Amino acid sequence: MKIDDAPLPKSRNLDVLSEFEKSKNKNNASFVVVGHVDAGKSTMMGRLLLDLKVVDQRTVDKLRREAEIIGKSSFALAWVLDQQSEERSRGVTIDIATNRFETDRTVFTILDAPGHKDFIPNMIAGASQADFAVLVIDASIGAFESGLKGQTREHSLLIRSMGVSRVIVAVNKLDTVSWSEERFNEIKDQVSGFLSATGFQQKNVSFVPVSGLHGDNLVRRSSDAAASWYTGPTLVEELDSSEPNARALEKPLRMTVSEVYRTMQSPVTVFGRIDAGSLQMGDALLVQPSGEKAYVKSIQVDDEPADWAVAGQNVVLHLSHIEPIHVRVGDIICDPAKPIPRADTFIMKALAFDFLMPMQVDVHRGRLHAAGRIEAISAVLDKVTGAVTKKKPKIVKPAMVARIVVKLEAQVPLEAGQRVVLRSGGQTVAAGLLE
Amino acid sequence: MRFASKRQTVEAIDEDAGVSLLIVEPEDMWHANNLIAVGDVIHAPALRKVTMTTATGSTVGKSVRTNLSIKVKSTFFDPLASELKVSGTVVNENDWVSVGQHHTITLKYEKADIKFTIWKSAGWDSVALQTLKEALSEDRPEAIVAVVMHEGLANICLITDFRTIVKQRVESSIPKKRSSAKEASGGMAAFYEKTLSNLRSNVDFSQPRTLLLASPGFVAQDFRAYMQSEAARTGDKTLQRMAKEAVVVHSSTGHVHSLNEVLRSPEVKKTMHDTRFTTETNLMDQFYERLRKDDGKAWYGTKPVEKAVAEGAVGRGGGVLLVNNAFFRSMDVATRKKYVALVDKVKADGGEARLLSSDHESGKRLEALGGIAAILTYPMFDLDEDEDEEGDIEGAVAADNSAEGTTVL
Repeated sequence: MKIDDAPLPKSRNLDVLSEFEKSKNKNNASFVVVGHVDAGKSTMMGRLLLDLKVVDQRTVDKLRREAEIIGKSSFALAWVLDQQSEERSRGVTIDIATNRFETDRTVFTILDAPGHKDFIPNMIAGASQADFAVLVIDASIGAFESGLKGQTREHSLLIRSMGVSRVIVAVNKLDTVSWSEERFNEIKDQVSGFLSATGFQQKNVSFVPVSGLHGDNLVRRSSDAAASWYTGPTLVEELDSSEPNARALEKPLRMTVSEVYRTMQSPVTVFGRIDAGSLQMGDALLVQPSGEKAYVKSIQVDDEPADWAVAGQNVVLHLSHIEPIHVRVGDIICDPAKPIPRADTFIMKALAFDFLMPMQVDVHRGRLHAAGRIEAISAVLDKVTGAVTKKKPKIVKPAMVARIVVKLEAQVPLEAGQRVVLRSGGQTVAAGLLE
Repeated sequence: MRFASKRQTVEAIDEDAGVSLLIVEPEDMWHANNLIAVGDVIHAPALRKVTMTTATGSTVGKSVRTNLSIKVKSTFFDPLASELKVSGTVVNENDWVSVGQHHTITLKYEKADIKFTIWKSAGWDSVALQTLKEALSEDRPEAIVAVVMHEGLANICLITDFRTIVKQRVESSIPKKRSSAKEASGGMAAFYEKTLSNLRSNVDFSQPRTLLLASPGFVAQDFRAYMQSEAARTGDKTLQRMAKEAVVVHSSTGHVHSLNEVLRSPEVKKTMHDTRFTTETNLMDQFYERLRKDDGKAWYGTKPVEKAVAEGAVGRGGGVLLVNNAFFRSMDVATRKKYVALVDKVKADGGEARLLSSDHESGKRLEALGGIAAILTYPMFDLDEDEDEEGDIEGAVAADNSAEGTTVL
């Protein structure tokens, strides 16, 4: 045992909310990029970053040379985001990649989600941090149809379940069908049909025809004569006109840990998004479920040192007075005065996507991924009024709403109002709110 | 397990003389746990601490080995150590103990065969006999080793014919993409190393045995590649063979319940057909499939199943009664009789009655359904009608919530 005699970090006792009011700089918004595997999500974001000069041409050229060595030169743009060696050698995104760019009004955080069905847990983690979503659809013949059967549908359900209500549909690879307006409208009809069936309002859904590889209609308008029929906003203009969700600034602090790593500043450096509340340097924090206390040594917001941070921002915290084993990905950092409770059983109001019965499920809440089972189905509820229509049903059919009791194998931090997704055997079976 | 006497058979059990059995392998303790119920009498070797007064009046404590007969009050089974602790009161006096004193006998597998005798308080009913037959069966396939994993989590499981033992759970945090790519792959390598060393210390690989590696994505594949490269680096022949013979299977997560998916996969079915657990997994899948269809042929929970069996709906032509064996373990004699009668009735009707092992993943699924379920030969409806009264308290809570509407999404 070693007694830690390092002094506690000093707090400047700022009134964070009034500081935030005063600073009033740009808006912060995060968006998640979703879609079927190989729809071109990462490539499109790579191109976007290149055109916005967040990455320079030299970096991309270097990546292209590296990609050519393993015979995958078309992946060069995707490699801007896919940085892990296994992602590069296999040509798929595995985990959420975050990146940042600014427009005149807003600082955007990109959450580039994996499309492959095996990595949906990572996609859920990304969607839980997003204000809105960009749904990328492969317009080439055959690919759109298979995507619609595959992850396009599941991803749309998931982002809706995680509380995202604004979607920009990027109809990608339209250059491969020579910018056919007919094809665009066909896809638009079908996709807006199932999006409204999923629960998105028409006014929150917009469509942009793009070419992710060449950059048409992302930042700059397409110069291709065949695409001249499209006069609407580009993808970035659409993003810029979207309002992020209201921030829960006044609520007690809640921050989901999405990365833990070592840095020079602290052996326990965490990255995540502040879901509610605010914090400042020197604050005492509580990490749940370990229940260990920690102090904020320093804060980084958007790669710049900061004295404070508020809800909605993606921050890096350097913690002190805590051992690395007490902080894990998926944990919640909260205010020690108003901690988030831990529990291993919870009641939720769930919308079923598949048949529900007492069975084993995986419970996803943001980064958290735990094994559990449906212990009981208390009642089937009316979709509109919420009144009980049948008590203790044997099973719940798809599209029904039910109140169910879920038991987990271990204690996890849980709170009413959190959004939870249940999966079983690689399929999303239900989603809903904690009660 | 074996009968202690060569002349003893399952068909001719003398209830008064009891049944003497020999423990010949660690797996036997699991069977013993199913066999020994509360109220039974057990005669077995025990270690008893006794205090003796010497001639001078000082006291000396020492442990003596003696055979004790106890009436069972409770049992505790430690699956990892394969030990069964049986507690109860002494019924036969000897030099060291008197009647009514408490004792806990620890039954476990040792080098020399341990003999114990059992007298069933409720007699040898059909369920007890079936359990005994299973315990005596010598046709045992080799235990399968399965590693179910996802990034940062690995469960090392041993699947025997009757149970799944989670030998070790390996958890490690993998630094994420944000930090440099190099650190992340270092994290994975450290995780693989930890998993491999745990795998080798928990399972004996000196004999060839089936090794399943299951994961979503590429984790299992990469783990096998890691094993191969380690084998090449160290020149370890055993590891080389392990890596070569390992079967990579897809599962959607690294949690233990993903074993259900693993056991269903074509790769596994090819190598292991007709083992008990694959049959059980199939049966549970069938049951869930029926439940989905909601055709009135699948019911779970005690009351509906009882009614269906009483009507003779679980009979010839596809009727299956599924009962968790843990159900029979902790039950008073009257309740046990009721369930044994249920099993007997199904058998008499020509249906199939299966006792699922609660220590397998399929048994865990059945446990979630209340431990008992049935597939009927013809549809029946509204078997759960009169169960509604219990739900009233929750109904009141629901009424409070109804004002907010059902904006689930």
